[in-house]
Amino acid sequence: MTVQSVSLVIAGSGGAGVVTAGSLLLEAAAKAGWYALMSRSSGPQIRGGEAAAMLRFATEPIMSHDDSFHLLMAIDWENIGRFSAEIPLVEASLIVGDPTHGPAPVALLSGKPREAALAMTDIAGRIENGRPNMVALGAIAAMIGLPAEAMQAVVEQHLKRKGQAAIDASMAAFHAGIAAAADLPAIPKLPAVGATSGPRWSITGNEATGLGVIRGGVRFVAAYPITPATEVLEWLAPSLAKVGGVLVQAEDELASINQIIGASYGGVPAMTATSGPGLSLMIESLGLAVAAEVPLVVVDVMRVGPSTGIATKSEQSDLNIAVYGLHGDAPHIVVAANSVADCLFTTQWAVHLAEAMQTPTLVLTDQAMGQARAIVPRPAELAFIGQRLVATAAPAAIEGERYKRYAVTASGVSPMAIPGTAGLTHTADGLEHNEFGTPSSQASDHQAQMDKRSRKLTQFNYGDHWADIEDAEVGAGDTAIITWGSSTGPAREALRRFSDAGGKARLISVRLIAPVQPEKMAAALKGITRAVVVEQSHSGQFYRMLRAFYDLPKDTRSLHQAGPLAFGPNRILEQLNAWSS
Amino acid sequence: MESCAQTKKYAAKDYKSDLKPIWCPGCGDYTVLNAITRALAELALPPEEVAVVSGIGCSSRIPAYTSVYGFHGVHGRALPVATGLKLARPELTVLVTGGDGDGFSIGGNHFLHACRRNVDLTYIVMDNQVYGMTKGQASPTTAPDWEGSKLTPEGTGINPFQPLVVGLASGANFVARVSSSDPVNMAKIIVEAIRHPGFSLVQVLSPCVTFRPEQAEWRDIVRTAVVDVTDDAARAARRLMTDDGFNVGKVLYKGSRPPFRPEFENTNGSVAELEARFAL
Repeated sequence: MTVQSVSLVIAGSGGAGVVTAGSLLLEAAAKAGWYALMSRSSGPQIRGGEAAAMLRFATEPIMSHDDSFHLLMAIDWENIGRFSAEIPLVEASLIVGDPTHGPAPVALLSGKPREAALAMTDIAGRIENGRPNMVALGAIAAMIGLPAEAMQAVVEQHLKRKGQAAIDASMAAFHAGIAAAADLPAIPKLPAVGATSGPRWSITGNEATGLGVIRGGVRFVAAYPITPATEVLEWLAPSLAKVGGVLVQAEDELASINQIIGASYGGVPAMTATSGPGLSLMIESLGLAVAAEVPLVVVDVMRVGPSTGIATKSEQSDLNIAVYGLHGDAPHIVVAANSVADCLFTTQWAVHLAEAMQTPTLVLTDQAMGQARAIVPRPAELAFIGQRLVATAAPAAIEGERYKRYAVTASGVSPMAIPGTAGLTHTADGLEHNEFGTPSSQASDHQAQMDKRSRKLTQFNYGDHWADIEDAEVGAGDTAIITWGSSTGPAREALRRFSDAGGKARLISVRLIAPVQPEKMAAALKGITRAVVVEQSHSGQFYRMLRAFYDLPKDTRSLHQAGPLAFGPNRILEQLNAWSS
Repeated sequence: MESCAQTKKYAAKDYKSDLKPIWCPGCGDYTVLNAITRALAELALPPEEVAVVSGIGCSSRIPAYTSVYGFHGVHGRALPVATGLKLARPELTVLVTGGDGDGFSIGGNHFLHACRRNVDLTYIVMDNQVYGMTKGQASPTTAPDWEGSKLTPEGTGINPFQPLVVGLASGANFVARVSSSDPVNMAKIIVEAIRHPGFSLVQVLSPCVTFRPEQAEWRDIVRTAVVDVTDDAARAARRLMTDDGFNVGKVLYKGSRPPFRPEFENTNGSVAELEARFAL
């Protein structure tokens, strides 16, 4: 069934104030038993400046924003036109602005939305310490059917320290907003929800990423701040300390990657998080971790590139550097999370993969999911814990037998001695080496070590986690959507709309980007004669990669666009409908 | 007699691997390797409790020539690897070896911050004022008028880097300069450097007889510094800025700043508690 949802934006020049208002609304929605997704967009200013909180509420779990918004609530109009492309408004949409700040800028009116006024400043002015934001929240709550008691509880929680007077002032403004909403045109209301179907979490993608690596066993993190990955590290600093781990702020990304190499060589599972510019700096040392066979996890919360690009906005354009960026033949693992909640699954799995195969694992998330907060069903407990094949005893019994750190084994994985273990001392080396780790420039050693480094990745059993494969009706239909990362959200919703209308299609969201899985993909594409590949990159990086490594249906089309604009579900649905008509 | 038996537990050769160094005959790095193994024997450290970390360059080959745990990483990044290792495994004795190019040019930023951070590491820099592995280019410590490189045939024209002064200004907790021509004294100073808590910096004048043959004369030029160790970084820096770089054989500065050592303290928290914060 198509999701019953309501979508709205709160925007203004209040900077963090707008995001705070959005957060309060999200928390109240959580108390009301709804599910929600909140993303944010902001200008380049460090403090203040224009900002927008995009929210979608529903009575069941949601993965994506809708194609357009029902409501834009503008606290003021300053620079808001800059968001016009990110806030699609249609004739059914409603713009509500404060007459104090004049009329809505024309940039917002191209979709011919309805317009209405809410005198937030004046109404708030009549209440001691009243704030326009709270008036706006009251109006929104009334319009979408959010019970006032839910907001009351949230405000009490937030303003507890400021005392009862502050709570009363906020709630007075909130109720004044509810009263004023009676004069505003209607937008869809969500039904109240009684008991929800199960336990829910409120979490951001960046928090889920941090939790995932801790669950996987990471206990050392080196950190260099970068937008939009900083929250992963800021969440980890106090959280790691609680479970016996350590986070160290490094002097740059060259240091952070090398610190985690050192810690992991010392036997402690380690990770760092960064974004495109930082990943670029880390690339040489990722190759070192491949050659020296040091397990580690690097999370890239992608943003618009190249170069500094648009630091605060999302794009899926680091696929190429993650897969191909390392010099030489450098077998490594690249995985991608495909939703806010999946950041938890995928990063925990990544630690497991890195440790099991003693190789660096890159995790691709992006700003859109990293900085989004979602109310989701409680994620499942996962069994993935990093398990390293550790050498504990010397081959000492045999005279003259030395420990082979890089022993050529059937699985390609060699038992790894951790410093402190007697009888197994060796030098781990980024130089090509023989089985002992001794530098070697011989062709036979290079061949044997390359074979082993490659074999350990290709022979590993990745199970079903390589992709999420979803059918409206299992095995039905001849049409597929192939996608990855945060484009999966709108693709999922497109599939749902398509099957609600009687269509049959399959969704394949690839989680294991590298190494590629041609046999599994072939099985997933059984019966499929046409496919659309959906991704947020200017050059269609994912489509080109699929073309290079997989047998795709003859009629395979690429639906790609540069960030920061995300696909609405209907963009994808259009392609499915075009085929079926 | 027990303690005597303890100190005799290891000989220098117990810390050497059977690999033959790739170095040229006459290279100063041979005696540095000897001094390091001699120092480890003096400290009677079990080989498995020691790690030597390096980057790239002639002198960065040292880890494989020892029998302790070694890590030979990429150019310029030895200090962060060693930092991660020591912070993750504080009970290990971690040495870092490398050259002037690795440490002060490509790895210059890490050098500053390693001094600042003051992790308990011993950094032994073999300074020969040249890039040897790439066959003779000017390094950050090369004199501005050295014309021996095809890359800078008229000299670099820029002032040499002053590692010990910069190290002091950045917070290194132990600073010494030694000469590869006196391995016995060098071993003694490396012992002191390892024993001293925090970041210990040992500059070794270690000639490159292949690309800087004139450095063979260093053994005759160097003289034992006449100053005593100080705990005043400004005083130590002033002495270093006014000498000619050939006063060797002494510890010049010993600070008392406590090393950076974040604790892996289990505060009895659990992953379940972290998760509970997300539950509605």
